[in-house]
Amino acid sequence: MSRKLRNRFLLIGGTTAIALYLLLGPFQFRDASGRITAQAIAANFTPSRLKKNLAENIKLGLDLRGGSHLILQVQTDDAIRSITAGNLEKARSILQQAGIKFTNATSPALGRIEIELEESAQIEDAKARITLDFGPGWTARNEGRRLIFEMRDEEQRDLRERATEQAMRIIEQRINAFGVAEPTIARHGPATGYQILLQLPGVDDPERVKNLIRAESRLELKLVHSGPHPSEEAARQALGGTIPPDKEILPARERRRDPTAPPVQYYVVEKMPVITGDDLRNAQAVPSQAGGSVYEILFSLRPSGAERFYTTTSANIGKNLAIILNNEIKSAPVIRDAIRDEGRIEGDFTKEEAEDLALTLRSGALPARVTYLEERTVGPSLGADSIRQGFAASIAGLAAITIFMLFYYRLSGVNAVIGLVLNLVLLLAAMKIVGAVLTLPGIAGVALTIGMAVDANVLIFERIREELRNGKVPASAVAMGFERAFTTIFDTNLTTIIAALFLFVFGTGPIRGFAVTLTAGLIANFFTAIFVSRAIFSWVLERQGGRPEVLSI
Amino acid sequence: MYELIKTPNIDWIRLKRRFILVSLALLILGGISAFTRGFNLGIDFAGGTLVNVKFKDVPPPENRLREALGKQGIDPSKVIIQPISDPISGVKNEVLIRLPQREAGQRAGSPAESELDVEKRAILAALSTFNPPSEVATKVDLNTISRDRLRELLVEEDPLRLVSASGRAAAELEYGRYADAIIQYRDRDQRGLLRDLADVRAVSGLPTALIEWLPKRFFAGNAAMISAEIVGPQIGQELRQRAISVTLASLAGMLIYIAFRFEWIYGVAAVIAVFHDVLVTLGVFSLVQKEISLNVVAALLTLVGYSVNDTIVIFDRVRENLRLRRREGLTKIVNDSINQTLSRTILTSGLTLLAVLSLYLFGGEVLSGFSLALLVGIIVGTYSTIAIASPIMLWWQTWQSQRQARRPAVRPKPMEATPSRKERRATASR
Repeated sequence: MSRKLRNRFLLIGGTTAIALYLLLGPFQFRDASGRITAQAIAANFTPSRLKKNLAENIKLGLDLRGGSHLILQVQTDDAIRSITAGNLEKARSILQQAGIKFTNATSPALGRIEIELEESAQIEDAKARITLDFGPGWTARNEGRRLIFEMRDEEQRDLRERATEQAMRIIEQRINAFGVAEPTIARHGPATGYQILLQLPGVDDPERVKNLIRAESRLELKLVHSGPHPSEEAARQALGGTIPPDKEILPARERRRDPTAPPVQYYVVEKMPVITGDDLRNAQAVPSQAGGSVYEILFSLRPSGAERFYTTTSANIGKNLAIILNNEIKSAPVIRDAIRDEGRIEGDFTKEEAEDLALTLRSGALPARVTYLEERTVGPSLGADSIRQGFAASIAGLAAITIFMLFYYRLSGVNAVIGLVLNLVLLLAAMKIVGAVLTLPGIAGVALTIGMAVDANVLIFERIREELRNGKVPASAVAMGFERAFTTIFDTNLTTIIAALFLFVFGTGPIRGFAVTLTAGLIANFFTAIFVSRAIFSWVLERQGGRPEVLSI
Repeated sequence: MYELIKTPNIDWIRLKRRFILVSLALLILGGISAFTRGFNLGIDFAGGTLVNVKFKDVPPPENRLREALGKQGIDPSKVIIQPISDPISGVKNEVLIRLPQREAGQRAGSPAESELDVEKRAILAALSTFNPPSEVATKVDLNTISRDRLRELLVEEDPLRLVSASGRAAAELEYGRYADAIIQYRDRDQRGLLRDLADVRAVSGLPTALIEWLPKRFFAGNAAMISAEIVGPQIGQELRQRAISVTLASLAGMLIYIAFRFEWIYGVAAVIAVFHDVLVTLGVFSLVQKEISLNVVAALLTLVGYSVNDTIVIFDRVRENLRLRRREGLTKIVNDSINQTLSRTILTSGLTLLAVLSLYLFGGEVLSGFSLALLVGIIVGTYSTIAIASPIMLWWQTWQSQRQARRPAVRPKPMEATPSRKERRATASR
């Protein structure tokens, strides 16, 4: 064998070995005591071990391994609405403090505040004061006695962006704590679409995850004015018939599972909370002090909140403090002592409820609501069926093509089939390197790659035949065949790669998997159809003394 | 040497009128169907709910399924029910149930997406009516329960008294293992459905006490949902627009690449041919009312790449022949190029068709639309390379040279002047 040819085969062998190692490895050549033994080496190559490694090296998409795929829409209007409402309140109090009288202050649209003053003389003063507070994100102008503030577009975009990122972070925290293996949480669609993609392998019932995301846990601690009252009407009577602006009536459902407890009671509480969820430092589910399978939530406060909590509790010993979760009083214990930074929420929770609740309390509130745009769930049994079917289809395609190539091109057909198999090995190894996942359309991509890979061989072989027909000797026919077919193969593969690129941009999940497989297959095809196939031909020709009279093609 | 065909000597270009008639007929037929019957858009594009339900035995008759769905507030006339066979045993024990997107108004004022899965839940409720009512009232269906829920239930009921014996944490771990084993057995070994609760005896490592206790709280229901896809109207709209724009963009990408590698008219001819293939394939989908899903669009995009391949092979040969045989007419060169590459064209298309055919036959329900699109596309793509792309290219070149011959004083535009040097050499000899 000439040195040039030997180097080529070394390169081909090396590439194949690396690809096989990537797919079937890692291997362990040492036994338990750290020595390299024949037994330890042999243990790597049992069928079950190889199969296991292969399954670990090729990552399967959700459609094959089963799992849930969700697309969420962050309702970013919420974030802008709440900033607008907050600013409206601030504008009101600024004007009140400055003694500027106004007849009307409203927010007629998202990011827009209109204030009508009593006297137009004060308008510049009012504008300056409010602008100072709102900051550069808002524009201000006046029409007669009316002041109009509008949030700038960049500020709105910024807010929406921040809300989406924050929502993503919170959702990620909640999902991670939920214990899903390898979840994917990513932005989805156009940047201004504010959508989030969630992929949860192995989760075949997305309901609990959705509940966890949806769960809005707003914790508030408020001082009790009076109660419990048996009905809302009774609570109103206790206030003398009308509810003053700084009080409110809230329902309490204590000990839901206790059949002897009255169903719902009502308390009159101070509207202004002592502590809110923002003051929380930590929250965790702990077994109830009462015992049994009942759980409760232990929470601790940040320093600023703790200070406030201490002042309020020390001034109100003997009174009741309502612990309110999502506008429902969970318990209203008596303040026995000044408390600095810890409290409990007792509410007859199961362990799961308490854990989910503690989690949502810890991760904070979502800055905006989320809605669902898409939900796909594939059970593991369907995924397994799909793998089986895709595998069967690929094998059937490969077998049919192999039989045809061997029949039609005889010994050269062997060359083509070696190229095809190597193409498959390289394709899978390439997918492992780039960390691509194999999806059902991806398997279809593999089957299609087999068909298209053979195209390059057919192009070359037909060309060689043509040259032979024109009277060339095998050696120069082979050389001409490869040379002439090269540009064609280059152009055809590249155009298909261009199409695959657009597929990748367009697709999500499975479709992307298909685009990746197709591209990897086509690149591997360059190598096998041109380089490997050529080397085999050269070897065959060389073995026959370099100038054989016939070629089996 | 086996040969399917010896290098033939067919005058393809003379047949161009007939080709155009055939293509026009195909396009008009598809066009009429598209405008009158429209397309059967899958839920990816139309929005809606699609679930795959597996039954223990033969599913209940369609009208009973519809009736059950109707009782859950679903308009029975809008339900599409398609029975499919189990891919392994071939028994028709699965059905696909598809519901259209509800109109926003029907959702009682809430934004359409907030209750995306109402239909899915309604279908689940409808399916449970096919189980014995006495079981449903008191027991839990082990065929529809999720792993987490089963673990929770086991811990709650504590049939092995593990909580009191070894504490809650240890009990949760232990029951978690049992739940895993049972669900794994159901989903992997039994492929989604337990026929009988007694089957769990086959699960290794499950305590006998647990196996005996299970029937007290559980039953093996008749049906399980093995996949569910719900697409809201917004996503459907977005995907529809993106599918169209990406297909057009990829055609433009091809055009630019081929124009760069050859001449711009080659690119235009190739892209017209591919566009023709896409339209004919879509026409076939409209005619047979096969569902167009995301996968079908992926197949169409692949088709764009594949069909251009064929065209490039012939154009490449034309380019080569133009270089070698400067004295011959372009028509003869194009004809010869098609003939010289014909055996390759037929072989490759045939072999790719073999691969796609095996996908169509063995790939199952999910891939059937995908492989149908490729099946049709490869056949039409092979035809259009010969029948559309080559005549267009030839027609343009001939027209150009005639125009130049008539008005020799006019300087040709740079577009035509620079790249087509060899072309003019070839056509000048005519």
